[in-house]
Formats: sequence, structure tokens, C-alpha cells
Amino acid sequence: MLTTESLQRIDREIEKYPADQKQSAVMAALAIAQEERGWLSNETIEFVANYLGMAPIAAYEVASFYSMYDLNPVGKYKLTVCTNLPCMLSGGVDAAEYLKAKLGIGFNETTVDGKFTLKEGECMGACGDAPVMLVSNRRMCSCMGPEQIDRLLAELE
Amino acid sequence: MLEIEIDGKQTQVPAGSTIMDAAQLVGAYIPHFCYHKKLSISANCRMCLVQVEKAPKPLPACATPVTNGMKVFTHSELAVNAQKGVMEFLLINHPLDCPICDQGGECQLQDLAVGYGGSEARYREDKRVVFQKNVGPLISMQEMSRCIHCTRCVRFGQEIAGVMELGMANRNMHSEIQTFVGRTVDSELSGNMIDLCPVGALTSKPFRYKARSWELSRRKSVSPHDSLGTNLYVQVKNNRVMRVLPRENEDVNECWISDRDRFSYEALNCSDRLLKPMVRVDGSLREVDWSVALDYVAHGLKDVARTHGGNAIASLASPSSTLEELYLLQKLTRGLGSGCVDFRPRRRDFATDAKMVGAPWLGLRLSEIKELDAAVVVGSVLRKDHPLFAQRLRQLARKSGKVSLISVTGDDPLINLNARITVAPSQLPFALAAVVKAVAALKGIETLDELENVQPDAASVSIAESLLADGKKAVFLGNLAEQHPSASTIHVLANELGRLSGAVVGFIGEGANCVGGHLAGALPSSGNAYDMFVEPRKAYILLGVEPELDCHNPGMASAALKQASLVVMLTPFKSQAMLDTADVLLPVAAFTETSGTFVSAEGRIQSVAGVCQTPGDARPAWKVLRVLGNLLDFGGFDQESSEAVRNEIVGNPGEFAGGLDNSVAGVSVRLEAAQMDLQRISDVPIYFADSLVRRANSLQETRDSVSPTARVSAGTLKSLGIADSSLTRVVQSSGETVLSIAVDNAVPFGCVQISAAHASTSMLGDMFGAIKMESA
Repeated sequence: MLTTESLQRIDREIEKYPADQKQSAVMAALAIAQEERGWLSNETIEFVANYLGMAPIAAYEVASFYSMYDLNPVGKYKLTVCTNLPCMLSGGVDAAEYLKAKLGIGFNETTVDGKFTLKEGECMGACGDAPVMLVSNRRMCSCMGPEQIDRLLAELE
Repeated sequence: MLEIEIDGKQTQVPAGSTIMDAAQLVGAYIPHFCYHKKLSISANCRMCLVQVEKAPKPLPACATPVTNGMKVFTHSELAVNAQKGVMEFLLINHPLDCPICDQGGECQLQDLAVGYGGSEARYREDKRVVFQKNVGPLISMQEMSRCIHCTRCVRFGQEIAGVMELGMANRNMHSEIQTFVGRTVDSELSGNMIDLCPVGALTSKPFRYKARSWELSRRKSVSPHDSLGTNLYVQVKNNRVMRVLPRENEDVNECWISDRDRFSYEALNCSDRLLKPMVRVDGSLREVDWSVALDYVAHGLKDVARTHGGNAIASLASPSSTLEELYLLQKLTRGLGSGCVDFRPRRRDFATDAKMVGAPWLGLRLSEIKELDAAVVVGSVLRKDHPLFAQRLRQLARKSGKVSLISVTGDDPLINLNARITVAPSQLPFALAAVVKAVAALKGIETLDELENVQPDAASVSIAESLLADGKKAVFLGNLAEQHPSASTIHVLANELGRLSGAVVGFIGEGANCVGGHLAGALPSSGNAYDMFVEPRKAYILLGVEPELDCHNPGMASAALKQASLVVMLTPFKSQAMLDTADVLLPVAAFTETSGTFVSAEGRIQSVAGVCQTPGDARPAWKVLRVLGNLLDFGGFDQESSEAVRNEIVGNPGEFAGGLDNSVAGVSVRLEAAQMDLQRISDVPIYFADSLVRRANSLQETRDSVSPTARVSAGTLKSLGIADSSLTRVVQSSGETVLSIAVDNAVPFGCVQISAAHASTSMLGDMFGAIKMESA
């Protein structure tokens, strides 16, 4: 199901914990699986659970708890806009509305060309830089007014 | 010990206790939902908030350890306000559907809402809706909006059942209890989640909308399904058993019961009940009066005894019969001049009979299991044969006791095992011998001469080491070890292992009266449960057995019954096989309908009263046997009550029976490896095991009740040259059939696992032995 390379990375994570507590590596393992597959299907979650010797529902609990795990397919880029209170007060909702209009999609939707998925996010711990956005779970973008958003979208090809 | 004062009452508790533990000691009630004494603490419902002196805010009683000199107020203004606040939040999303909720009347949330809830809600917004889930035929998750997310069901799965099937998906207000991608809940203990659920989110599917809790009368009973002696409350409405619940007994079943104990009552109300005595006249069965039927039986038996001798009569009883029934049956049989009586229909090797010092038993009390440091289980499908016994071993293993398993099936006991040996049935005595040898070698002492050539491997050494550690140790023999063709050798080897290692040796026991049958003397002096069919008799008396499903070799048993001139069946149910073979069918009371006694594996004597009347003309079997005894003019059949019969057997009993001893004298070990290309492994599936569960409809819809397959490893299949085939023809000594193949690499090489006790496999032959498999 996963490539040898991914499995090696998961093994490295497992080694960080005591041998009888393999399931401690579940968050890392799910992240690695998601990186390879693009999103976490039920089959992927079950594979990871079996690999770590834990119940599939226990891995699903984790995968469904954290919003950075995607349980549905996403576009090439996933844009997560924070709409928690500090961001909201400083234009987070406006940034989201601007993106919605610009991309022609709502939250949890993907553009027809499969390029962008828009998500509503929780606090990313950078309220001073509000509004905050996250690109594909990895890249944090601060102070995202309309101009910065345009620049970002142009950059993401 | 720590001093604590709760609501002004002083008490002392051991270090590590929580405020909740202490409150229970002084009798102060603290409202709670997620807390359960048998489950880990999660402290997520917050209902148990109490005021603690010097603490700035209320603390959850279930998760706050007691400190010395702590002062707790459970009903102060602060505490009550906190509890009321929590209740208001719990009720925000809880639907106000108590009038149509199955939990109504026995709902913790309903009860506590009366004490702590407001009379009117301040929350005007829409309530959240959670969609229903289908998790199988036993648990209903139809109204999941009622869930208050206490996670008791989740923790039960993780900690007690050993398999996490339910989990809480998603986060915050989107949280939902569910299975992984809509799978079913298959644990054999799953029904306990219904009891644990403090609201009406998880309810019993078979019981749904059948009755209200206040309409039911609660009556005490004991489960007839396994050797544990599980304590039950049977709930009855209008003389009909509506539901079965656990009756808490910390020394026996704690607060749990298995699904088999819980849902088998459905069989009592099924359409298969035999309601009138029937006698075969001119080839067809006719309903007759009791007097006619009993006269016919008495005369028939007397005739057979006179013309063919007493031993032409054989009696076989189910091990779940009561002590009184077994006693009167053997007395009747012996009165007819026959020594051919038995209650162990699935047994094959009887070499230890009459060589035993006492009645075989568990070797220790159930409550002592948690004190063990090491346990070895030999020949058992633990979870399916003994669900709650397995649960006790699971808790032992969680708590650092070392549990090892030597068996022939690859089933996962969901126990954290110290070591596991899975071998072909013919190798089971050798595997046990290897452990004996390893113990002898480690201790540097001599053992039995017969074990000279046995070589222990790494796994047997590991088991031997666990048995040689300091502390209390036990070796348990399971059902498979008793049904095994070399059961006596396994028994002697286990005793030797006990002698060498200082471990207690015990039988987990097959059937509710596995010990009681021995006390009742329902043992053969000529012709055991297997031989009575090898050499067919003229007359058979069968009590609660369905030979075509319950016997070690069902085909042979059925053939013997066909040729007999008189087959008398005392049975609560009728089946096609009975209607075909019986000459007389006598309707007797089923579980819950008769008074009687069970002596469980640990020797606990438990007498129960009948909790509802028998249907139709059925009568308690002990009364039927007593009347038969009188009709035959035998002395000693004048008991007025089942208690009188019981007192004849065990005196005026205490809590435990005496005369229990697993020692055996004068039986030698016979280690001979039979050469077989392919051998059969038979398990007895949990919901086919006795006549009651076979007729419990909901249990029959579970995953454990799918028709038997030929379970075989890929390696074995390859060696047999069977490829690309989903069906196989299996041929055994007595017959053949076509089964679908299920590839299961946990089945030992050279074996095929085909369940017994099912109509689709009953023609094959012995439970163990050589078998052939070919492409169908």
C-alpha cells in the first residue's frame, strides 16, 4: 500500500518509542501516509493501524480529530484559512471570503481543475500576524490581505 | 492509609484512592456518568465535581487522588452549582425523548436530571443530530443523538473485551461514537456496553420496545451455558422472559455477562418449543397425555432391560442439565440395570474415568485467578468457549501476570500472551510434553520415562520459565483438551507439569454442570458417551442433547439412534432430527423454567428457582424422571422438591462442593504420533454450542454464527494442490460434504479447521482425526 520509502520513514518514527508502544507513532505515520497518498482513505488508515498493531478505529479517531489530516481527496494545494477569533477580528473571514470569490469554491471544496482546496482552520498560534493561512499543511503565510493572496495564488502553479 | 473527611464523615483510605472511592466507603453518593469502577478513569463527563477544602475550584471526584487530611463537600453550594451547571450542558444536546426511549425508567441521565437539571432549558438553539449506526444484531445505535460521550463503551472495548471496536470519531461538537467504516461490533462480550451506557444511546436490539423496566420482575438465575456459573437477573413480564441482565457477583462474573448468557433467552420463546408429549404410533409421532407417554416409556424400558439386559439401555445428558436431573437420570438408568450413562457427549478419551481421585475442577477459585503470576492454558478457544474466563485472564495479563497458550487453533484470544504454541491436534500432547520436559530440565529433576525423546523448543522453554518463577501458577485445560482423542494423556501430562512446577492444575470445564455431573454420579460404569454409539444399544434416554450436533461423532450417534428400538428424548425443543428419530418426545422445562442446581468449574454450588412457568404441557425434567422412577417401582424417587434431590447428592450444601480433586492414578502417558496427511481441527462455535443458543435468533445473525468453512492455511492448500478454488470436498470417516475454503494462515500446517456442532458438518465424523480435502 505504501512505498518502501514511506515505510522506512514510519519505521524511523516507531523507533522513537518503546517497542511495545508502537501506536505512539500513529500521528507521524498518518502524516507520512497522507504525504504519499495525498489524503487518508479508510484503506490507508486501516493499513497504518495494522502496521502499528492498533485497532483501525483508534487510528481513525486520531485521523478525524486533527484537521490537518484529510479524509477526503484534496487539490494540488490545500489552503487553510484561520477563522478563529483573533484572525477573524483582523480580517480572517474577509481573507476567506476573498478566496472563495476568487476561486469560485466554498470551504471544503476543490476547484474544477483540481488545483486548490479551501479549508477553514483553527488557530495556528500566530495571531499577531493575522490573518494567517497555511498552504498544504507545510507553509505558513502571515498577514494575508487581498494583495498577498493574489501574489500567493500566482506563485502556486 | 490516608485520613479524609467527606461531608463531615471521617474515614481512612489506602494511598492512591480517589475521592470517589472514599465517598463510596462512607456511603456518600456523588453523581457521575463516565466513572465506572471496572474501567479506567477518563473524567470527561464532569458530573462528579465536588468541593475540596483549599482547592480554588470544584474537582472531579473520580480523578482526584485523596491526600491526607482532605476535606470534601459533595453537597455544598459550590459542588451542587457545579453539578447543576454540568447537567445543563449535558442536556443541551440531549433529546427530550424519554417517553419513547428504551432506557426510560432505568436511565442515569434521567434520574440525575431530576435531581440536578432545571425544569426549563435556557438553550433555544437547534439541537445537534447524530445519525444512527448499524453495528449488528445485538446492539442498537438507532438514536445516537442521546449519547453524552462518556466513552464507557469505548473503554470497555479496549480494557475488558480486549478489542477496540467502538471509538469516538471527530472533534468537539462533531464527536460521534462509531465503528470503523460501519463495521459490526463482534465481541462476544459486546452486550455489556448496553448496560454500561448511562443513557439510551446503546440499547438492546432484541429487547427494543418490548417492555418498560418497571413492568418487569427481576428474578435471580444462573447461566447454563458455560462452566463459570454466571449470575443472572432474568426479567419476566406476563410469564415470558423479556431480558437477561448480569447479577453482580465479584467472585464469579464480576458485573459482566457474555452475549451468549444475555441473548440466549430468545430461544425460550421460539416456535421450536415442544409443548406436548409425543409417542410414535404406527410410524408417526402423535401427541398424547403425560400418563400415556410415561407408561409407554416405563414399559418400553422394562421390556428392553428384560429381553436384552440392562446394558442395552444407554442414557446421555447435556452437561448443562441441572445437578438434580443428572442425578435422577443416572439413578433411573442404574435402576434399569445399566451402567451406561454419561453427560459428556463431546468427549472421546475416557481412560481417566474411575482413575480419578475426585471430581475434576478448576483447581482454584475464580477469584484467585487475579492473584496468579503465571497461567498456561492448554487446548482452548478461550474467547468462544469461556468468554468471561478469558476476560479474567486478559485482566491478569494486563496486570503483569504471564499467560501462555498451547492450542490447536489460531484464534486471537485478545490477551497479551507471554508465549503461544499452536500445533496440529495430534501434536498437542507432544507440545505439552515439551513444556514438562523443559521444566524438568530447568529444575534438573527427573520426569516421566515416556518423555525421553521429547525435545523442548524455545517457546516451551519460555512457558516453562514462566511456570518456574516465584508465586502462584496454574495450568488450565480447556474444552479442546477434554475433547481431544488423547485427553487422558494431556491430563496426566498437565498433572506432571503441576507436580514439577508447583502450579495448580485445573479444568476450565465444558458445560454448566461440568463438576456437578461428577458429583451426581452421572458417569458410566459400562459404556461411555462415545462407546454407547460405537456399540449401538437397544434403547436410549437423551436428556437435553441433540446427538446430531452435540456428540463427538454426530453421524455415528445418529446411526445408532436410528437402529434403536426405543429412543426417549427429554427436551425443551423439537427439531426435525428429533421428529425423525425419537419414539417418545417428552417436553421438559428449559433454563429459567425449572428449579435446579449448577456446580460450576470452581465447585460453587448455586441453586436457582424456576422464574417462569413452562409452556404448554412441559414439566421440569427432574419431576419427569422422578415419576418415571416411581412408575418403574424403583425406590428413592420420592423427593418432594429439587432441593430434596440436591441434598441427597451434596448434603445441605455450603458455598462450595467438596470432593474436588484433579489427581489421577494409574493412567499412563501415551505419546504416539499418528501419521496423517491432513487432520481435522474442530472448534465448537460459541453460538452453536448448545440447544438454547442455536435457537436464539439474534445470536444466529452475528458474525460468530456464519456457516462453518474449511479454514486452512495457504501453505497447506498449496501442499494439497488445491488452487483457484473457493469450494472443497472434505471427506472424513463417516461422510463427506462440500464447504467453502477460508484461507487462514493461523491454522497449523497440515490441518483444516472445520467447526463441529453444525448441521452442515455433522456427517463428517470424529471431531479430530484424519480427513481428506479435494477440489470440489
